[in-house]
Amino acid sequence: MPDPMRIRATIHDDQATVRVLMSHEMETGQRKDAAGTVIPAHFIQSVVATHNGRPVFRAEWGPAVSKNPYLQFQFGGAKVGDKIQITWVDNKGETRTDEVVIR
Amino acid sequence: MKRTTWWTAAVAAGALLALVGLRAQAQQGDAVKEIERYREALAEGNPAELWEARGEELWKTKRGPRQVSLEGCDLGKGSGMVKGVYVTLPRYFADVDRVMDLETRLVHCIVTLQGFTAGEATRQVFGDGAKRSDVEAVVAYVAAESKGAVMDVPTGHPREREAYALGERIFFFRGGSHDFSCASCHSAPGKRIRLQDLPNLTDPKDAQRAYTSWPAYRVSQGELRTMQWRLFDCFRQQRFPALEFGSDASIALTMFLARNANGGVFNAPAIKR
Amino acid sequence: MTPRRRTRWLVTGAIVAAVVSAAAGGDAQSEPQRTVEIMKKSFKARGQAGLDRLDQDEAQAACSRRPADGPVPVGVAERIAKTSVASVKFPADGRLMGDWREGEKIAQSGIGMQFSDDPGRVAGGNCYACHELSPRELSFGTIGPSLRAFGKIRGSGPEMQRYVYVKVYNSQAFVACSTMPRFGHKDILSVAQITHLVALLLDPASPVNQ
Repeated sequence: MPDPMRIRATIHDDQATVRVLMSHEMETGQRKDAAGTVIPAHFIQSVVATHNGRPVFRAEWGPAVSKNPYLQFQFGGAKVGDKIQITWVDNKGETRTDEVVIR
Repeated sequence: MKRTTWWTAAVAAGALLALVGLRAQAQQGDAVKEIERYREALAEGNPAELWEARGEELWKTKRGPRQVSLEGCDLGKGSGMVKGVYVTLPRYFADVDRVMDLETRLVHCIVTLQGFTAGEATRQVFGDGAKRSDVEAVVAYVAAESKGAVMDVPTGHPREREAYALGERIFFFRGGSHDFSCASCHSAPGKRIRLQDLPNLTDPKDAQRAYTSWPAYRVSQGELRTMQWRLFDCFRQQRFPALEFGSDASIALTMFLARNANGGVFNAPAIKR
Repeated sequence: MTPRRRTRWLVTGAIVAAVVSAAAGGDAQSEPQRTVEIMKKSFKARGQAGLDRLDQDEAQAACSRRPADGPVPVGVAERIAKTSVASVKFPADGRLMGDWREGEKIAQSGIGMQFSDDPGRVAGGNCYACHELSPRELSFGTIGPSLRAFGKIRGSGPEMQRYVYVKVYNSQAFVACSTMPRFGHKDILSVAQITHLVALLLDPASPVNQ
């Protein structure tokens, strides 16, 4: 199973700032190993964030995003104690979901 | 009239020269500023945290033939104490009658407490993509527990002083095909290799800044790297043979660098290009 | 304290100092050897980098001084410079100016002699790692002096050609313990490659001199 994400969600007025670190190889499919064989592409394709179950952020990613990506976004209408849930799915169908409470 | 012309020409030429100089300086300055901006942008989301989290898990999980956690490991401040230990290492450990750095001590604990063989404990000391290193993760976790602490490496024990003296000799040791020593690149102020700034490790301020920024997440490698790796890769570039993980030379050199950083505020795991 | 007693104390002090320095002198001889021994146990041969890389020649040993050791004794420095000059081999046809275009490639290439390098590939000089040369290359290091307009300033006559050739072949021929590698002496670069670097620095058509 993929490693857990590191998620931090803070609030200022009613603006929530969410910071996410994901553990992923993000292999482009363009690189070759020492033997000269192509390393197959393996990257996160979609990221969805929900606020108390309601989607607030959606991203379509490709192989240009770095290894172990960092994502930061803001949205309004949040308060302390709300739940933020992040889910990513990669091109091999692997997925990971983590949750955090806004403080 | 003639004199005025001469003066005007001289002033114009001077201004032109100054402009050319400024332009060249501005180009260099911009490059340095841009690199600085890049570093700041990186620091906001340092993936080293992923290693710290995995390391904490590894530290607290019962593993190995004996099914115990590493929480019984004494890193110098008593069993299980991780807070502030990194800034006091390397140090002399009486139970093994040897000076050890964090990496060596962790391997010692993995073997003696958890019952893994030395071979198992050191099979993957440096991570390589999918082949991840448990040692690097635990080092990240333990080092992070010293963030903000002041470097305070002891030399009270004769063996510690001996290690420091040996480390100094290794630092200045010239050898290999290129006659390089550590000092070739790290003993003068304000030097660069290509565009990479080189710390002057014989200067206390630079030594502090450099040592307190390791371990670090290397963006270009997508890996968290420890001081053992830093030394291994420096020697590779020095055209020396391969430095053995946890060897006496590696610990002595670490002792020299760590002790010279005393008084510096520890600020790692950091993030580097 | 009477003058006589002070004298005696001074004499005793001098004897103690002499004994201590003799002991330190004994250590000073064996410590570098001990360092090599420990290093040989701490490194492993890998790829083209064998443990013999840790066997120091006279220059390497003499130039491994710590700040407390002070500078290299004058006699030793002179001997190093002398043997370094004697070590230089010149091209068979006597022509020291090669092709600056080849020289630029050699100056850019950092390949060679690392255990991670393919020993079958031709090594470079990696000059830009430490020196400013062509104005087109902004990514240059500053460990060595800037070599911008090197030939333009100094000319490119036979004496200058010989100076550059010898300096690259064995940097310690002019200054003992120079930080620069001894590219010819240590078989990093070939005689022909060194003539290309002479051209890079001295040929009026070289970008270094634009």
